[in-house]
Amino acid sequence: MTAKKTYIQSFCSIQNNEIILNGETVFNTEPTVFSDFSKKAYQNFEMNYPKFFKMDSLSKLAFLGAEILLRKEIDATKENNIALLFANKSSSLDTDVKFQNSISDKENYYPSPAVFVYTLPNICLGEISIRHQLKSENSFFIFEAFNPVFMVNYANVLLNTKKAEKVLCGWVEYYNEEYKAFLYLVGTEGNTEHQKETVEKLYNK
Amino acid sequence: MEALKQELKEKIIAVLNLEDINLEDINDNDPLFGDGLGLDSIDALELIVMLDKDYGIKLVDPKEGKVIFQSIETMGNYIKENRTK
Amino acid sequence: MIREVFITETNCITPIGFDVATNVKNIDGGISGIQLHQNSLLMKDPFYASIIDEEKLNTAFAKVTPAQNYTRLEKMMILALQPIVEKSKLILDAKTAFLLSTTKGNITALENPTEENIAKAHLHQLAKTIADFFGFATEPIVVSNACVSGVLAISVAKRLIQSGMYDNAFVVAGDEVSEFVLSGFNSFQAMSDLPCKPYSKNRNGVTLGEAAVAVLVSSNKENAKIKIIGDGSINDANHISGPSRTGEGLFRSIESALAEAEINPNQIDYISAHGTATPFNDEMEAIAFNRLGLEDVPVNSLKGYYGHTLGASGLLETVIGIQSVLESKLFASFGFDELGVSQSINIIKKSETKNSHYFLKTASGFGGCNTVVLFEKVS
Repeated sequence: MTAKKTYIQSFCSIQNNEIILNGETVFNTEPTVFSDFSKKAYQNFEMNYPKFFKMDSLSKLAFLGAEILLRKEIDATKENNIALLFANKSSSLDTDVKFQNSISDKENYYPSPAVFVYTLPNICLGEISIRHQLKSENSFFIFEAFNPVFMVNYANVLLNTKKAEKVLCGWVEYYNEEYKAFLYLVGTEGNTEHQKETVEKLYNK
Repeated sequence: MEALKQELKEKIIAVLNLEDINLEDINDNDPLFGDGLGLDSIDALELIVMLDKDYGIKLVDPKEGKVIFQSIETMGNYIKENRTK
Repeated sequence: MIREVFITETNCITPIGFDVATNVKNIDGGISGIQLHQNSLLMKDPFYASIIDEEKLNTAFAKVTPAQNYTRLEKMMILALQPIVEKSKLILDAKTAFLLSTTKGNITALENPTEENIAKAHLHQLAKTIADFFGFATEPIVVSNACVSGVLAISVAKRLIQSGMYDNAFVVAGDEVSEFVLSGFNSFQAMSDLPCKPYSKNRNGVTLGEAAVAVLVSSNKENAKIKIIGDGSINDANHISGPSRTGEGLFRSIESALAEAEINPNQIDYISAHGTATPFNDEMEAIAFNRLGLEDVPVNSLKGYYGHTLGASGLLETVIGIQSVLESKLFASFGFDELGVSQSINIIKKSETKNSHYFLKTASGFGGCNTVVLFEKVS
């Protein structure tokens, strides 16, 4: 395959009740729980997508990040071949624990399908794909910590083999009210070279 | 029956996380699925769990749900006749 | 020049055998791993599932290592990987990847949610345990993408090897039958009350199963069993639990794999499909295959032998598919009686002899995901 140069076109992070886009704070709240923070962010950006409230926390987190990065990027009149390449540490464990609790008490045994469906980490990719109508490559990986070497490599594979025109990369970690999302868009044009060091630096910012 | 229907509306909003919908927005005969409240297949499954948990009604065939969950009115009638708790 | 990538070693641990040869022999003999189980720890009412015998598992494991303290799933995965790691004689260096595919990993640890057990339920922890057993030098790559995970792991391994990042990749996939997944599928009203019947008129849902499967993906053609020539993993963008009615994501994934391999749909000789036996999944697949003109290609689902082994299924079915190609056989789609999808597809009703050159493996899952991998017989 021909290894073309690839670039980071935009990036976004969500943590500590704050959303930062391309290095600038675009939204923040006083310290609060994630459900409240995410609802206020949803309202602030006028997302108008009631299904948001049916999502679990991991999907809300990933959805918000994707929304911030893609809202100006997507041209709804045409196909957008933007692949989704996501990873985290805790998979869907936060929701797994909730579901397990619903089956632990045999006297009160009512497993919820609406909870069960979120006991897979890649559901958040489905939510983003539906919202932005991305019929594109998607995959979810688990690592002990953010793995810039893998992310850079795999995103480049998708671009170089023309499986995608752009790749939305994301680290979306949520467990027990602790969260961090770092998403960035990679393409074959731009100014910031898509390299391990750069990705690492932006992640740690 | 009015109290039951009111209770159902409250429960549906809470259980199905219908954040932007108020009690007044749901009329007794509005369709719950499709164009009405816009509920989908997972919501239908969740309503089946609710019937079991709160009213002691076990639906064996999910297709039965289609008829029962047409509206608040049909749900109310079905629960009134079949509830065991 | 794009690097060629092959599968050179395969192994599987299932209720119908602890190696590929025994599995194939049983499939050929029409033996299924699905049985009626009565175990109130797993489910209140009796249920059908394909479950590995505990005693057989422990006996086999004891032959590999005297080590204790491994969970059931870890034992299954170690047993699957061990012979192929040994046989390959590879040095597990920086150019050797380790991929692990699972949906729920050690989810049973949550039944007793101590701090230690919650750590155990983390998938990277499971991967580390397996990696440490064998001494892999690279960081494990865990693929967790619902029911396509197993076949996606092959695709990821192939892509990483093509990129030059690795020369070899050991892939292990595994999931077990747990109260967690049984109750979840049950709450979805997706469980069959009889052994599952993929594509049949009277199918009414999934039968769950468990397995661990391992393969070696390599750039080295020596010992190659099959060549990986194309892949695709495209989302439906339609619904998080139900498949697209038009089979859009599956259709596009197959198109993507065919384009990469530069072959036409009519060159495909055999499809090992997903066939979970839920009404919607099987119907969706029939539609997608018809849209591509694949309605006459022999197709089977192996779920009738193994049940749905979740994150292991795609890899398990690939391993059996490879064996079909190598032995020039097509295995019957177990549990099939009368076609129950709206568009015609060519279900393999009786095991038969047939040479296959191009073999397609497909899978679809929750989250609207689909993955396909296209293989070519090695001459």
